[in-house]
Amino acid sequence: METALDVLSWITISGGLFFMLVGTIGIHRMPDVFTRLHAAGMTDTMGAGLLILGMCFQAGLGLVLVRLLFVYAFLLFTSPIATHALSRAALAGGVEPITVDHNDPHVSARQDGA
Amino acid sequence: MFIAATLGILVSMGLALLRALLGPTVYDRVMAVNIFGTKTVLLIAVLGFLTERPEFLDLAIVYALINFIGTIAVLKFFEYGDLGLTTRVGREAE
Repeated sequence: METALDVLSWITISGGLFFMLVGTIGIHRMPDVFTRLHAAGMTDTMGAGLLILGMCFQAGLGLVLVRLLFVYAFLLFTSPIATHALSRAALAGGVEPITVDHNDPHVSARQDGA
Repeated sequence: MFIAATLGILVSMGLALLRALLGPTVYDRVMAVNIFGTKTVLLIAVLGFLTERPEFLDLAIVYALINFIGTIAVLKFFEYGDLGLTTRVGREAE
């Protein structure tokens, strides 16, 4: 940790790893396909973005920085398209999303049944 | 720093694979494989920084595209039953 760039790299890479782990744990805790897609989207945007930003601080000004920005641009464009296609396919394939019905007390999305 | 990033990404990849094994519907599994591919891209980039070889970033770019095309191809196969058809065959989720 000599320079300010190293400190910035540490902070952003730690933030990126935090979001990545939270998103991946969220995939296991969420009840439905559609809610899991939401947790996965957090992995793709915040986790990947902060990690690549942390690597950008380590790379000097040059071709490595341009390649890193290309990787980030491809991830930025392709992950929402894949999420949209997946949710459309899941809805057309017959997966019922979990909804909250306020008139029926037995159907609820909350854990305590409120 | 990059060793910690590599370990964190590997732990996340293991958890994503667990969802690919467990997921009740097939769309859970496709989503988990897509996430696994995105983390592979990041792992390749971090390994390029770890071993001080900037050529790994070209591999990361290529694999990001391949992962996306693979996910879309698998979804098209699930929706239409074949990769060449345009009408829905009527496949339901497992």
